[in-house]
Amino acid sequence: MDLRLASSLVCLISALPAGAADYTRDIQPLFAEHCLECHGPDGSKGGLVLTTQQGAMKELKSGTKGIVPGDIASSAVIERLLTNDPDDRMPPKDKKPLKPAEIELLKAWVKEGAKFDQHWAYKPITQPKPPAAGHPIDAFVRSKLAEKKIAPSPEADRYTLIKRVHYDLLGLPPTPEEVDSFIADQSPRAYEAMVDRALSSPHYGERWGRHWLDAARYADSDGYEKDRARLDAWRYRDWVIRAVNEDLPFDQFTIQQVAGDLLPDPTPEQIVATAFHRQTLTNTEGGTDQEQFRIEAVMDRTETTGTVWLGLTVGCARCHTHKYDQITQKEYYQLFAFYNNGDEVTRQVPTSPEAWNTYEKTNGDAAKKLVPLQKQLDAAKAQLPAKLPEWEKVVQARLAEARKQATKATFAPLEIASIAAKSKTKFKALPDGSQLAIGKPVATDTYTIELTSSSKPLTAIQIEVLPDDSLPSKGPGRSKNGNFVLGTITLLHGKSLSEAREVPLHTPKASIEQKGFTAAMTLDADPQTGWAIKGGTGKAQQITWQIATPPAGEKLFLRIEQEYLKSTEHTLGRFRVLGSSDVTEDSIAPAEVVKILSEEPKRRNPVVILPLWAWMEKVDADVIAAARAFETAKARLPKPPLMDARVIAQRTSGVRKSHVLYRGDFLQPADEVQPGVLAVLPKVKDTSRLDFARWLVSAENPLTPRVTVNHIWAKLFGEGIVSTTTDFGVRGAKPTHPELLEWLSAEFIKQDWSRKAFLRLILTSATYKQESKHRAEMLEIDPKNELLWRQNRLRVEGEIVRDLCLAASGLLAPTMGGPSVFPPMPADVAALSYAGNFSWKTSAGPDRYRRGLYTFFKRTAPHPDLTTFDCPDANITNVKRTVSNTPLQALTTLNAEAYAEASQALAERVLRAPGDDTSRLAQALRFCLTRPATPKEIQVLRDLLAESRAYYQAHADEAKLTLGTHAASGVKPEENAAWIATARIILNMDEFITRE
Amino acid sequence: MNPVEHQILQTRREFLATSANGLGMMGLGALLSQEGILRADTVASTDPLRPREPHFPAKAKNCIFIFLEGGPSQMDLFDPKPKLNELHGQPLPDSMTKNVRFAFIRKETARIMGSKRVFKKHGQSGMEFSDYLPHMAKHADDWLMIRSLHTDQFNHHPGQLVLHCGRAAFGLPTIGSWLNYGLGSMSKNLPGYVVLSAGRGTSGGASLWQSGFLRSSYAGVLFRNQGEPVLNLKNPPGVPMALQRKGLDALMELNQSRYDQFRDPEIASRIAAYELAFRMQAAAPELIDLKDESAKTLEMYGVDRADPPIKASRGGGPGQYKSFATNCLLARRLVERGVRFVSIMHASWDHHSNLDNELAYNAGMADQPVAALLTDLKQRGLLDDTMVVFGSEFGRTPLGENRGGNPNTTGRDHHPFAFTMLAAGGGLKGGLTYGETDEIGWGIVRDPVDLHDFHATMLHQFGFDHLKLTHRFSGRDFRLTDVSGRVIKEWIA
Repeated sequence: MDLRLASSLVCLISALPAGAADYTRDIQPLFAEHCLECHGPDGSKGGLVLTTQQGAMKELKSGTKGIVPGDIASSAVIERLLTNDPDDRMPPKDKKPLKPAEIELLKAWVKEGAKFDQHWAYKPITQPKPPAAGHPIDAFVRSKLAEKKIAPSPEADRYTLIKRVHYDLLGLPPTPEEVDSFIADQSPRAYEAMVDRALSSPHYGERWGRHWLDAARYADSDGYEKDRARLDAWRYRDWVIRAVNEDLPFDQFTIQQVAGDLLPDPTPEQIVATAFHRQTLTNTEGGTDQEQFRIEAVMDRTETTGTVWLGLTVGCARCHTHKYDQITQKEYYQLFAFYNNGDEVTRQVPTSPEAWNTYEKTNGDAAKKLVPLQKQLDAAKAQLPAKLPEWEKVVQARLAEARKQATKATFAPLEIASIAAKSKTKFKALPDGSQLAIGKPVATDTYTIELTSSSKPLTAIQIEVLPDDSLPSKGPGRSKNGNFVLGTITLLHGKSLSEAREVPLHTPKASIEQKGFTAAMTLDADPQTGWAIKGGTGKAQQITWQIATPPAGEKLFLRIEQEYLKSTEHTLGRFRVLGSSDVTEDSIAPAEVVKILSEEPKRRNPVVILPLWAWMEKVDADVIAAARAFETAKARLPKPPLMDARVIAQRTSGVRKSHVLYRGDFLQPADEVQPGVLAVLPKVKDTSRLDFARWLVSAENPLTPRVTVNHIWAKLFGEGIVSTTTDFGVRGAKPTHPELLEWLSAEFIKQDWSRKAFLRLILTSATYKQESKHRAEMLEIDPKNELLWRQNRLRVEGEIVRDLCLAASGLLAPTMGGPSVFPPMPADVAALSYAGNFSWKTSAGPDRYRRGLYTFFKRTAPHPDLTTFDCPDANITNVKRTVSNTPLQALTTLNAEAYAEASQALAERVLRAPGDDTSRLAQALRFCLTRPATPKEIQVLRDLLAESRAYYQAHADEAKLTLGTHAASGVKPEENAAWIATARIILNMDEFITRE
Repeated sequence: MNPVEHQILQTRREFLATSANGLGMMGLGALLSQEGILRADTVASTDPLRPREPHFPAKAKNCIFIFLEGGPSQMDLFDPKPKLNELHGQPLPDSMTKNVRFAFIRKETARIMGSKRVFKKHGQSGMEFSDYLPHMAKHADDWLMIRSLHTDQFNHHPGQLVLHCGRAAFGLPTIGSWLNYGLGSMSKNLPGYVVLSAGRGTSGGASLWQSGFLRSSYAGVLFRNQGEPVLNLKNPPGVPMALQRKGLDALMELNQSRYDQFRDPEIASRIAAYELAFRMQAAAPELIDLKDESAKTLEMYGVDRADPPIKASRGGGPGQYKSFATNCLLARRLVERGVRFVSIMHASWDHHSNLDNELAYNAGMADQPVAALLTDLKQRGLLDDTMVVFGSEFGRTPLGENRGGNPNTTGRDHHPFAFTMLAAGGGLKGGLTYGETDEIGWGIVRDPVDLHDFHATMLHQFGFDHLKLTHRFSGRDFRLTDVSGRVIKEWIA
């Protein structure tokens, strides 16, 4: 035995008494901080794994055992902690060493038998009994305070309370009337009633919906380079607000968002809910591999779910097994597999349930029938991606053949079996096969022609318009200048006209086009616009359409609608119809579609591919049939309030297998995996996404309630009971009040996951109602207020800073929901967005003054007023915002356009009412601070008002500049300006934007 | 400015300047309490930008990061490949492109594209530059040229995230944020991290100057090219600085009395933030006012050059020459004023077509001002502790781009496997050409450098062990270099 070992042996006796070391409290955090990076789930250097007793007791590569329970001397872990040999000593020298006291704890723990325990967050929830009578939250919090002999803070005054509750629940200041009535309310339930009133306000849904939208990484654009606008994104935002207002229980709220599409016979609202996972980014940068970014989005869904519901950093296991937590890489891909067959689709949904109800009420059963027809149309469209490969094979073969033959289309006149006009116009057949219109020219007309069936199917059709001496200016049209407007052309195919089906035409081309009257307009379904030939009258001209699906057998009909209303008699005078049966490249599909077909499938990004989908919808028999049924039903009704929404739908054909991806690389799939959850958590019933959604909120899964309760707590106290809101794993913080967290989690489930009930529970506790003043004596004992001996002061979020200013100044437009809006923003912010694909058109009218959460959020160029106040960038999920305090924030509320306007409006608001300086200043302060002003505050502001008056009386010209669009009527500009300068300072008070 | 206003501002400025001199490196909060402006006791320790010492003595204190968005062609600027002209029009062997992904190139018909550029050796070191960069070439002995960089992303935005944040992921801090987080800011009246831009917007937008999981005090502040340099710097119409001061004095008194009641250090921080905002209102316009720069300096940077005529320049519009040159000069002025990290962005260098003309335009824009910046920093003794970086998210292919099978190639596609960046100053070795690519510039044959290595070495020059400059978020200690990175000792002077 060398001296070194002898000296360490001396230390191999624990100095601590029995029971001194607790695994969960003392040992696991030490392992997590110092050891698991190498001796954890992802690695077992030397054979040592310190997450289970079994792993720790195994014989190591060195022949010793890491831990021998009860035997410090034989435990290699302890020896390696104590050895003086720098090469052997643990942790390695580049890592943070353990403190002697920590080593003592480890020794005591080994001596006591080295008992491991399951990580606290994975254990089932049991509801402990509160340690005292009264409000359970206070019982838990105060018993801990009592242990440390700390007195809780007194209840805040009523002004503070109503302001606090309104800021927390609504994000708006209470009105002076609300304040007065609360202050005057002598009933013992005055506070509870005030809380209930706030909870029933629809603004509650905006406030708490916005918290959820952070988690949902909600934005109004795609993200990445192109960052295109998502003009329908707001539909999901409104779903969230509605769900929160209706207090949709959190378990249902979860299931609908994760798997609403898989619920039996889902409602449109349940479909919209799945847009939670459509908030992922879309990369339409040229040359991207679409599979890479599809997988990236599925990974984001997996990791967001991990963060939002499980409070686990599952993303760490994307490339390798988690270093600290028991999440293997395989398990990551098991979670991933739940989402891997949820496809990104677009569905038509009502613009809102209310709008749809009204529509149904007004239009009765006919309107009700639209819903199933719409679903059938969506379903038919949803099949297109699956049909594409087969369809493409045929088209590619035809294209290849046409290219090989390099055929040019030749046209021959088609025989006209009959021709009729809607008007009294008659036709004379001429020897060249053309038709000449005779009779009194009419302003608008429709010609219907039956063609004698040709021997070969037509691949293109042409109308040749011809001059004729009988026509004004020789024609070919019947208007005075010889022109016409060919409005809409329709080719039909069938046994008879009444049974005939439309044959899609494409790629219109003409020998000449008048500006604003192009060949393309003959296919736009608007017969008032069309093709005209100014500059080419008096001569023969041609227009040609291609036929991708050549009709064979049966009869062909051609309908020419001419409804141009801006001038008179713009109808066709003399023309003939020609056809071609040559299969050319042009005829097979429109050029833009052929271009997409020449791209490798993996490069066809969601934008690039749009014309292809549009084309397939035109030629796919199922879509055509479904569309016809829907259109027919719709035709008799007013325009239904429907809109497109991006949602998730389960893939039913071509179902993907899921694999572990080596190092997270989509090009390196390894073992196949089945959907499944983490082994440390209770089992999931089955493998569908719906099973997974139900598992997330099942009674057995302890994480979702703990994590959710903690999120809510953190919004009301500034910190969670677990301060690491995103990490409930072994490296996360321990709960400051573990029993309280357990009790709240169980209570949340007991109250049927009602968020309103839960908020009411917290808001009625004395703990919540405490003053937020710091206390000198606590500076040493608990400077961070972990024990909750007071409330915390919280600066409100960027959106709320805006809302408060708008509300206090009287500018706020309280309208809820609908498309996102564009409040004033410096022009060059939007301009810096890539490709200049975005212009910010400032909203007019009330939309200029909407709440912050309705501001259009473009990911690569978000509104600076929001981001300056820490609004997250929506690229990844966010469950807790950072809070900074910067000079840029000061500049924003002092100078930004919206805030400058608020100071004008606040001045106008107080000047409008009668009063003197003092009463007006008091009123302005009341609008902003809720509480009555102090004499000192009045004095400071009176001085400022006086100084401002003096300045503007000397500078009347400048006074006028300050008024903006909110000048107070009957007030001199100098006086008005002085008030604006003063109001501006009131709106910048720290207290105003702080929940105290 | 009227005389009263001027006087107030002047007095105040002197007052603060005098106090600042006496206090050296103290944070603003402490400064304010020293001045008696703020009776706060806790601000100094909570000021996130208070100056801090790195892990070991630093060579570099400031960084000017010139980001040429889109991927400039290395074989037309920095890395001569005469073999390309020999092989012009020939295909690459299948073996070379087998497992390679491209953004737009069609493998089956892709052909090698030669370069019309003429390269010469420059300076004592004999560093090679193409005829597009005559001014920068004069600094051959100041530049470190790294020809063997590689990255794992070949689309713009993901590539730009790797270059700025170390990983193609969102929510991570950029280099500028990390440096401000590690070192704090020496600037009393400007942000510690300033972003200047010319040309069109970059693909990455605001994600290239975000602070990620670090607080937004560490995020870059985008300066504007027109009007007020910082958003909301100007008071609303009709509010003079004199009245602004009076208003802020009143505000301070109101906030101070709340502080006296609540003792919340956040109130003290807010008081400090309003003071800094007020100073910035004077300092930022002073910064962009170039009237105290000599005619010689302005000429050296080429501030008044007109844009040469060009048919297409990938967006950005007119005035790019002036903006870029002005930004280079502003970068020096910012560094002089203690700003830690200046990011100069220009888009776009994404020359998929018309490469010769458009690269000539861009190189012509950047060459003279960047060279002038080095000259200027050097003559003011600032280059020793200012690191200048000149680079992009990736390079371009030796193959011509035949998008959609088009045989007429006039541009190159994205190339992440081997590209070149330049750096100078901050204790880096000038005149060193590091790394080597194969004869057509396809792959690296000597000394490959991962962007993490580049980051690790940058941080080293700023006094940081890249393994230890970390921030714990979601249970993990994050760092700029993710899970790799090594300091390249050969680069250190």
